Amino acid sequence: MPVAAFPDLIPAIPEIYLAVSAMILLMLGVYSTGKQTVRTVSYLSTAALFFAIPLTVMVTDGRMVTFGGLFVTDSFAVYAKILVLVSAGAAIVMAQDYLERQDIARFEFPVLVVLASLGMLMMISANDLMSLYLGLELQSLALYVIASFQRDSIRSAEAGLKYFVLGALASGILLYGMSLIYGFAGTTNFDSLAEVFKAVNGTEPHLGVIVGIVFIIAGLAFKVSAVPFHMWTPDVYEGAPTPVTALFAVAPKIAAMALFARVLVGPFGDLAGEWQQIIIFISIASMALGAFAAINQNNIKRLMAYSSIGHMGYALIGLAAAGSAVSAEVRAAGIQGLLIYLAIYMFMNIGTFACILLMRRQGRMLEGIDDLAGLSKSNPVMAMVLAVFMFSMAGIPPLAGFFGKFYIFAAAIEADLFALAIIGVLASVVAAFYYLRIIKVMYFDSSEEEFDRPVSRDMKSILVITGVVVILFFIYPDPVLNGAELATSALFPQ
Amino acid sequence: MAIDTRSTDLEWDPMNALLAQYLPILIFIGIAVGLAGIILTASFIVARQYPDMEKLSQYECGFEPFEDARTKFDVRFYLVAILFIIFDLEVAFLFPWAVSLGQIGIFGFWSMVVFLGVLTVGFVYEWKKGALEWE
Repeated sequence: MPVAAFPDLIPAIPEIYLAVSAMILLMLGVYSTGKQTVRTVSYLSTAALFFAIPLTVMVTDGRMVTFGGLFVTDSFAVYAKILVLVSAGAAIVMAQDYLERQDIARFEFPVLVVLASLGMLMMISANDLMSLYLGLELQSLALYVIASFQRDSIRSAEAGLKYFVLGALASGILLYGMSLIYGFAGTTNFDSLAEVFKAVNGTEPHLGVIVGIVFIIAGLAFKVSAVPFHMWTPDVYEGAPTPVTALFAVAPKIAAMALFARVLVGPFGDLAGEWQQIIIFISIASMALGAFAAINQNNIKRLMAYSSIGHMGYALIGLAAAGSAVSAEVRAAGIQGLLIYLAIYMFMNIGTFACILLMRRQGRMLEGIDDLAGLSKSNPVMAMVLAVFMFSMAGIPPLAGFFGKFYIFAAAIEADLFALAIIGVLASVVAAFYYLRIIKVMYFDSSEEEFDRPVSRDMKSILVITGVVVILFFIYPDPVLNGAELATSALFPQ
Repeated sequence: MAIDTRSTDLEWDPMNALLAQYLPILIFIGIAVGLAGIILTASFIVARQYPDMEKLSQYECGFEPFEDARTKFDVRFYLVAILFIIFDLEVAFLFPWAVSLGQIGIFGFWSMVVFLGVLTVGFVYEWKKGALEWE
């Protein structure tokens, strides 16, 4: 009698589809010799990623578990997957011009982005520590390569190597935590882990379990670059080619944060008393470092790195609220705030990086904040758009960034985490300084030369879409709010 | 049974039950260390010793044992080594798969076929890229 019955493949159709597309695109790229190969593969990859979105929505019908409990898809997974696929697709679109201009346009780039996205979808849909690790590694290996994609540049190579070494360290820590959890709980499946920990609810869990959770949190904190596991972020962001940085700042963060939420709320939900204080600590540390360390930066990519560390700190407030003992509604509000924050963070960051990619004079890419001087006169539209993103990041109403922070802080207060909310508000006041400094440089400093024109149609459309979303979020926030609510309900079954 | 109380003790602490399963491995390590010790000591006592420089130096394949480890050598060696490891591992997966094919059914069969298909795609890629050409 066969021990392994044929599993239900339908829940995994988006992943299977992406894996097959990546391989077909690889073969297409390596067999075609025309000049247009890179562009063709690039467009097809973007199309493949965007087509995976309706596919994801269609196949998911409530909670579906398959592959012997290794893989799960539910509305939470759908929400996070949509964000990941949109940001990966946008990164490929933004990269095309840049890579051609830097003379590093190779068809492997979009294929690697598709493979990384596949890994992220696997992470989001993981229902077992083993599938979590496999997804994480598939994502990371693809990202290590594209971090050093500009291999003639010593900084890009350094970025790739640093990311690889520290990523491998993080994977090691994560695996060690998993082995401890497996040793003390006897299973790696999320559902079974939840049952095991429910059974010991109320009593102090074994020390080994706590150490295991701490290690798993540390490993995942590396991936979302939360303090004190953030050291790789500024160097990698600065060294990697700018469109790659744009991808790093968004897609892997969203995937890792979704995974973080699923792991802590799902299998370790009954041990919230043990992990909540850790999340509170890394949240405060990330917000503080993000706020203070960015003040001295003159390189805009480095500044964005610290900014993203800070933003992950705010997002972690939502996760800390999800560990609250007050009530299930409060916990759900925390996760909902986190998901809303991630969606808004994605739009703000894609828009900002699109602006950074337009900072170019006589074909040379610029990264200094000073290079933006006088932008309001030489290119008023771009200055206005960038100002909108900066105001939004600083959390000034009525832009989208304000609502992201609002839902997070509201959840923290409901969860009685007053100190955390107050520190968050203070950190965002400090952070506002460096966002506003960029606006000041653009509007009040004396003019420099113009940036290169014309701006390509793809870039224009990305700027328009993200800009409109950020400005008009307060008029029509329902898609994000309802989506986040539906996604949250999947993590808290009634 | 005489060990009844002990076995409930074991159930009470899952860590002991887990460790008890590793007892054969502990015994095995003990035997391995003991046997290796006996053989080494015996060769030291029984055999005649004619030491010279080459015999006393460590054996390392093709490299001088004591010199700067940071010598340059061709990156193509790495490429060949990586390709070797990939297909070596493939065989390591194929053996248990072939032995248990009767039990794992149609799903097991197709899992391996898909795995081989993915490897083939990678192989075609490296072939077309010229990774297999030495010059």
